[in-house]
Amino acid sequence: MSRREKLAVPPATVEPAPDFDSYYGRPILKQPTWKVPDVPLYLFSGGLAGASAVLAELAAATGRPALSRVARFGAAGGALAGTGLLIHDLGRPTRFLHMLRVIKPTSPLSIGTWILSPFSALSLAAAASTLTGIAPVLGRVAGVGAAALGGPMTTYTAVLLTNTAIPAWHDAHREMPIVFAGSALAAAGGLAMVGSPTGENTPAVRLGILGAAVELTAAAVLRRRLGFIGEHYHTGRAGAWMRGARALSAAGILGGLLGHRVRGMSAAAGAALLAGSVATRFGVFEAGRASAADPRDVIVPQRARLAARADNSTPLASTPPSSTPPASTPPASPPLAAAPPAS
Amino acid sequence: MTFDLDTRLAGPLADPAGEAGHTDAPPRMGFFTDTSVCIGCKACEVACKEWNAVPAASTGEQSTGPGDLSGMSYDNTVGLGGSTWRHVAFVEQTGPPPVDLGMPSVPQGADEGDREMRWLMASDVCKHCTHAACLDVCPTGSLFRTEFGTVVVQEDICNGCGYCVPACPYGVIDIRPEDGRAWKCTLCYDRLGAGQEPACAKACPTDSIQYGPLDELRATAATRLADLHDRGMEKAQLYGHDANDGVGGDGAFFLLLDRPEVYGLPPDPIVTTRDLPEMWKHAALTAAGVVVAVAAAFIGGRR
Ligand code: SF4
Ligand code: SF4
Repeated sequence: MSRREKLAVPPATVEPAPDFDSYYGRPILKQPTWKVPDVPLYLFSGGLAGASAVLAELAAATGRPALSRVARFGAAGGALAGTGLLIHDLGRPTRFLHMLRVIKPTSPLSIGTWILSPFSALSLAAAASTLTGIAPVLGRVAGVGAAALGGPMTTYTAVLLTNTAIPAWHDAHREMPIVFAGSALAAAGGLAMVGSPTGENTPAVRLGILGAAVELTAAAVLRRRLGFIGEHYHTGRAGAWMRGARALSAAGILGGLLGHRVRGMSAAAGAALLAGSVATRFGVFEAGRASAADPRDVIVPQRARLAARADNSTPLASTPPSSTPPASTPPASPPLAAAPPAS
Repeated sequence: MTFDLDTRLAGPLADPAGEAGHTDAPPRMGFFTDTSVCIGCKACEVACKEWNAVPAASTGEQSTGPGDLSGMSYDNTVGLGGSTWRHVAFVEQTGPPPVDLGMPSVPQGADEGDREMRWLMASDVCKHCTHAACLDVCPTGSLFRTEFGTVVVQEDICNGCGYCVPACPYGVIDIRPEDGRAWKCTLCYDRLGAGQEPACAKACPTDSIQYGPLDELRATAATRLADLHDRGMEKAQLYGHDANDGVGGDGAFFLLLDRPEVYGLPPDPIVTTRDLPEMWKHAALTAAGVVVAVAAAFIGGRR
């Protein structure tokens, strides 16, 4: 009898009346299965490592051994952590090397792995040489090699996230590399502020301040340009992370401006910049998760796109009463109206 | 083998198998799911699970566990996932107050003001996109294009990186947590190779799921749509049939009786990799900017 009751069909869930149709309010997209904190930290580590590698070589070239040293360790440490986190996040970690059986330009993760792997080897070699004093010339060469990959290290992760169907990521594909680059510079500058003496830290302070400023500005532009989808960067977990990131970065900028001549102040400001960079990565990641879970992000813009296309297309298509007379509408080539070429 | 950069990432593509490097490929095969004749029997769900030895449900998957009820009409499968490769959606719609068409009707003891209720049922599946984002982003080459133009995961290659999951604009493919790898409909690749139709199409008692060469299916669908329109079903529409859509057309397309989003389908999906060249361009420019920024931080002498 109880079995029977269990099988009784409950009444269909009453939907709140939203401004769009959906299937019981279910998400359209799948949530990323990427783990927290693995993937946000992987994004952070890669950025820190990439920018540090560039910083390290320029510091070495301009006679700042202490700065170069800390940046080289940052590059190697970041690369090591990033690789470890990436492998740990795989559903089948023992199959990590399957990533290296192909090079696929259409897969930012494939390209990214091909950037990360040589970068890791080179930055580790450079750091090992710095640490042991063995083969300084080779160490220097390795360091320059890592620095050459440093720029791409800071931005490929932005393509990794934006090349998905998740609106809060995909639609931000112009701003995301800049947010991530700023975040990477802030992290590298911050780490160098923590680890270098005041006598050599001017470039680190400048970099940290510049990076954090870029990170803050680009993130603000990103949120604004996304319209209602940008709300995911304001609300929930993502909102909390992003607010934290703003506070930490602002504190780091202030501390760097005021206290860069004082060792303790400089280190504290550097730590704030590092933490701000971490928080940004978590915020961006959480915003994507929230966006994937929200059917509105998918349905409303796509529906609007279809409506716009119908408006531009033949007058036969359902014309809302408010639309301009078809005669005045230029037949701008909407993809649906264009006749496929008979190839 | 044809290779055209314009159609590599988006847009109409006549021969996906050829583009993927298959020579002498058979015609592109696919599904036409005519939801207007679906009776919601879920034979496709069962046949798929049996033939492909798919577990009942993954933990954490959208699907509820055995015996659980979702509260979503008769749909207790809830959605496609790593262990659900066919999913029958059940939509209960209440229409406007009935118009008297002079049709004979059975008195049901209902109130005068009672509204008409209609069922929409639809069996959803992987779309086997012409431009499949899952395949594009897969870093291991585990996802590949078969000679039939379908998209299949090789489970011995997949390392569970999970990139395909958020890349799919339809939310189809997913990781099976207890297994760590990505799974989705293979369009019964093993059966196709043996000249058999996929298990779900075979099991479908009303021919709602039709399998065949995509060209033929598209012609069938156009005829069926015209027929339904003639009968006054104005909202009937094809979904995924158009090679000019955002994914270059689907290998598995549908005839729906309402807007796609009513069934949980995205109204106008676009393959994310369409924008990838622009993304790489922005990333490369920004990467150069990073180097310039670091260099600039060293200008001006003071230590
Ligand atoms: S529907 Fe999704 S999983 Fe299926 S081929 Fe297209 S992108 Fe891949
Ligand atoms: S999870 Fe497997 S199939 Fe999906 S992108 Fe990664 S390697 Fe490819």
